[in-house]
Amino acid sequence: METRWEAVIGLEVHVQLRTRSKLFCACANACGGEPNTRTCPVCLGYPGTLPTLNDGAVKAALALGLALGARINSVSGFDRKQYFYPDLPKGYQITQARVPFAEGGWLEIPGDPSARGSDAPIRAGLVRAHLEEDAGKSFHEGPWTLVDLNRAGVPLVEVVGAPDLRSPLEASEWFKTLHQLVTYLGICDGNLEEGSLRCDANLSLRPAGAETFGTRVEIKNLNSFRFLRQALDFEIQRQSALLSAGGTVVQETRGWDEKAGETRPQRTKEAAMDYRFFPEPDLPPLVIDAEELEAARAALPELPAARAARYRAAAGLGADEAATLLQSRAFADFYDAVAEGSGHPKAAAHWMLGEVSRLLNQRGTDLDGLGLKAGDLALLVRRVAEGTVAHGSAKEALLPALLAGEGGVDDLIAAKGLAQVSDPGAVGRAVAEVLAAHPQQTAALKAGQTKLRGFLVGQVLKAGQGRLSPAAVNEALDALLAEGRDG
Amino acid sequence: MDVTRDDVLRCARLTGLNLQEAEIEPLRRDMERLLTHAQSLQELDLEGVPPLLHPHVQACPRRPDVVEPSLTQAQALADAPDQDRGCFRVPRAL
Repeated sequence: METRWEAVIGLEVHVQLRTRSKLFCACANACGGEPNTRTCPVCLGYPGTLPTLNDGAVKAALALGLALGARINSVSGFDRKQYFYPDLPKGYQITQARVPFAEGGWLEIPGDPSARGSDAPIRAGLVRAHLEEDAGKSFHEGPWTLVDLNRAGVPLVEVVGAPDLRSPLEASEWFKTLHQLVTYLGICDGNLEEGSLRCDANLSLRPAGAETFGTRVEIKNLNSFRFLRQALDFEIQRQSALLSAGGTVVQETRGWDEKAGETRPQRTKEAAMDYRFFPEPDLPPLVIDAEELEAARAALPELPAARAARYRAAAGLGADEAATLLQSRAFADFYDAVAEGSGHPKAAAHWMLGEVSRLLNQRGTDLDGLGLKAGDLALLVRRVAEGTVAHGSAKEALLPALLAGEGGVDDLIAAKGLAQVSDPGAVGRAVAEVLAAHPQQTAALKAGQTKLRGFLVGQVLKAGQGRLSPAAVNEALDALLAEGRDG
Repeated sequence: MDVTRDDVLRCARLTGLNLQEAEIEPLRRDMERLLTHAQSLQELDLEGVPPLLHPHVQACPRRPDVVEPSLTQAQALADAPDQDRGCFRVPRAL
């Protein structure tokens, strides 16, 4: 019988921290611009210079460690990782090799039913998270390599995941969840294309049910959720074919060739000791005392997972709706304000996910750019829920007027005559006119073709230009039909 | 502790040193003496002694996350043996 192989996957993600300055010097931490315009003697690795640790980077790292549920080490150290490469001017990278600032923790993701038989949430663990500095950028051209050191010394947190993932889908969910968390915390801009989050995947296969791990292959630089999934899919196919044919997997580093749709071997994996780690003599240990830890914990916002659970429980929203509201912290904050201000959290969610999202897409902007005030949308939602204004008028006339800055909600309802009409006399006349104009359909409805009711109510609402109360229209229609039967 | 000629050559490769033949054996002897000396630490009973991260007991001082002016591109490249379009230019590294 053919062996069924189980994939064992762990990810390592470099998170570029969105601080103002670099990790060990005061050069700006930014993207783009002219090459080599954000350097100084420290990040150029000049002899005699000394690194000074950026407090902002420590705070950002601490927030991430806590949000991941990790243990924060009160004392951690810096080490030198030595290698020669032109984009590493000092000849070593300052990192945390022996004792990282954070260990343990997890990310909760949905399990992959194809690997686990259920989509019940799993907690995929973290081994550690450590602070380190980024290298510069190299561009290879013919016989030359061009080096830009603007990125040299930019702060990174490397998050090392445990080998707890069992499929490419779980791996991409894990990466997505981490991406959402770091952007939500505001410690990373989340730009995958520009390398603000860089993912390496470790993968090995073992016969299903086996306890020990197989030989591990590392796939470098999977900088999109799709590439991550595709590269892992390819690699699982490659390794299982190799193993099923009686071959062995070579421990190596591979890269993903997106054009060819395959992974290819890169340089052979250097043994860890080749980096000759040793304690960074220029930096005393990083100490995070109880006071700083508690302050960081207190400053932590409500995290996405807790917030999604609150939306599902309190507003009765589905998991997908809750996830979409959490597309960014700003979006979720805006929703919270509308939900609270309107007193109708579910209706508020539908406006945010419907009309507001549509307008954002259409105009290619964010909430700030849209110019809508949460208080105005909250009042609009409340007026619709109360029946003061019909949903259609609110969408077609009131919201555009609010966006155009023409006034407040109640003023606009009055000025534009948008108040919903539920006066029985006026509604009754409108219904009677429509019935008179559609004698065949009216007769058919009376004869029991109930599906025509929707058509006729629609005609009435259309004739009323969206201002008639649907409830009142239905009542008036019932009354008129009953009259017909009586008479 | 034994240090072989291959150990010396491997370290030279890792550190980018070009050793002359005559330098190898003296260096091998020096490395052997250094490591033998360091190995004497193994004789100590360190049960229950926490690992020392750094001889400094003081916590790493931090600076506020504030940007200060950088060098200009011309200043940054002033000592570069070769440059091109604002970048350091070196023999192809990959």
